[in-house]
Amino acid sequence: MSVLEVCNIRKSFGGEEVLKGISFSMERGEVVAIIGSSGSGKTTLLRCLNFLVEPDQGSIVVNGETVYDSETVTNRSEKELRAKRLHFGMVFQSFHLFPQYNVLRNITLAAELREQELLKERKASKEEKKKVMAQVTETAKQLLSQVGLLEKQNAYPCELSGGQQQRVAIARALALNPDILCFDEPTSALDPALTGEVLRVIRGLKSSDRTMIVVTHEMEFARKVADKVIYMADGVIEEMGEPEQVFGTPKSEKLRKFLENAKEGL
Amino acid sequence: MSFIDVTMQLLDGFKVTMLIFFLTLVGAIPLGLIISFGSMSKLKPLRWLTRTVVWIIRGTPLMLQIIIIFYGPGLIFGAAPLPRLSSVLVAFIVNYAAYFSEIYRGGIESIPVGQYEAGQVLGMTKTQIFFKIVLFQVIKRIVPPMGNEIITLVKDTSLARVVAVVELAKAAQDIVGLKGIIWPTFYIGAFYLLVSGALTLLFARIEKKLDYYKG
Repeated sequence: MSVLEVCNIRKSFGGEEVLKGISFSMERGEVVAIIGSSGSGKTTLLRCLNFLVEPDQGSIVVNGETVYDSETVTNRSEKELRAKRLHFGMVFQSFHLFPQYNVLRNITLAAELREQELLKERKASKEEKKKVMAQVTETAKQLLSQVGLLEKQNAYPCELSGGQQQRVAIARALALNPDILCFDEPTSALDPALTGEVLRVIRGLKSSDRTMIVVTHEMEFARKVADKVIYMADGVIEEMGEPEQVFGTPKSEKLRKFLENAKEGL
Repeated sequence: MSFIDVTMQLLDGFKVTMLIFFLTLVGAIPLGLIISFGSMSKLKPLRWLTRTVVWIIRGTPLMLQIIIIFYGPGLIFGAAPLPRLSSVLVAFIVNYAAYFSEIYRGGIESIPVGQYEAGQVLGMTKTQIFFKIVLFQVIKRIVPPMGNEIITLVKDTSLARVVAVVELAKAAQDIVGLKGIIWPTFYIGAFYLLVSGALTLLFARIEKKLDYYKG
């Protein structure tokens, strides 16, 4: 069974159609890279998956559970919406860490709030609460060492480099253990010298079988790390396939041009 | 009248001044937040109503507002007036809440939308996002303008005398009128200076405390 099935997603902003029917599916542990020029709808697609914007049409199925279907959409409660969001994690282009909290707190905050809610629902005892919260901190520390920043746990975001901030943001997204982790151009706001450390972390996640969608301008990275590459242009999936095929023998004229321009840029 | 006698008499007025000052803050700080939510509401009628009220309050003199609240009910409805001090407090709280609400609004709207989105994708509720992420950042940003406004409040308390509330300035005026000496009028300046000096130091400290992070 596919972990994610996206079917015919459409979205318009002010009469302009940004997504014109996007469909794809992915398997557990797969990494999908989405490439394409600015304005092709890549970011909007990720934002639809995370319910930051609501699609006008289409459906999203995660692990067989329909999390969104424009046909049956009703006024969802905030609680339901939040539960659905948790299927997806999101790493933003410009990190959006919480500046007033240190690194560890950035990672534990949402997980603690979530656990508190669950504990309250089942009226857990004080001891259990303590245990769960200790577990949250423990997990956060494990994630921090996974992204190689355990020694920075008490630092504030403003004291970190862009690359380090993005690695914290990745750990923060992982803390809620999403089924699918989305990256929205995770290295575009970074100094070229810092992109490597972030890409290495993402590659590391692939080897631990994370299902990921990465919107990126790093063609080499997409080629090496992705299992599947989606090329978007003008709100449609222009071409989709294995990296070798998409980069090696592109069928679409648009994609050929795009890849040529990307090469010239190097 | 000796310096000590004058000081003691002025201190009675000063107590009233401080009472107006603190009660205004206690009322206006939370009321301002409610008003700011109104002026940022997605409901257009509520937003426009709130903004109109803020415009009227900020667009007319506080002194006039005190007079209207004290004399208005009697003149219009023939109702018994509120006690003098209560009228003053109502006018001050509403007036300052209007100013605070605009400071809050500026602070809240200056928080990047990414902070809200980061909270959303982490499954946080709107309330959690506001109280756990946004509010603290807003506080950091509004400390300087709030300090400004609160120091203004110290001196604005002297307007209470238009309805014969004996605060510091009125106490001095009474002495001047009764004893024919002018210097107590100048002397009260020292009281105001002292309080605003203390507030300046306090706000500098708060700013420094919040300076542990940037952004």
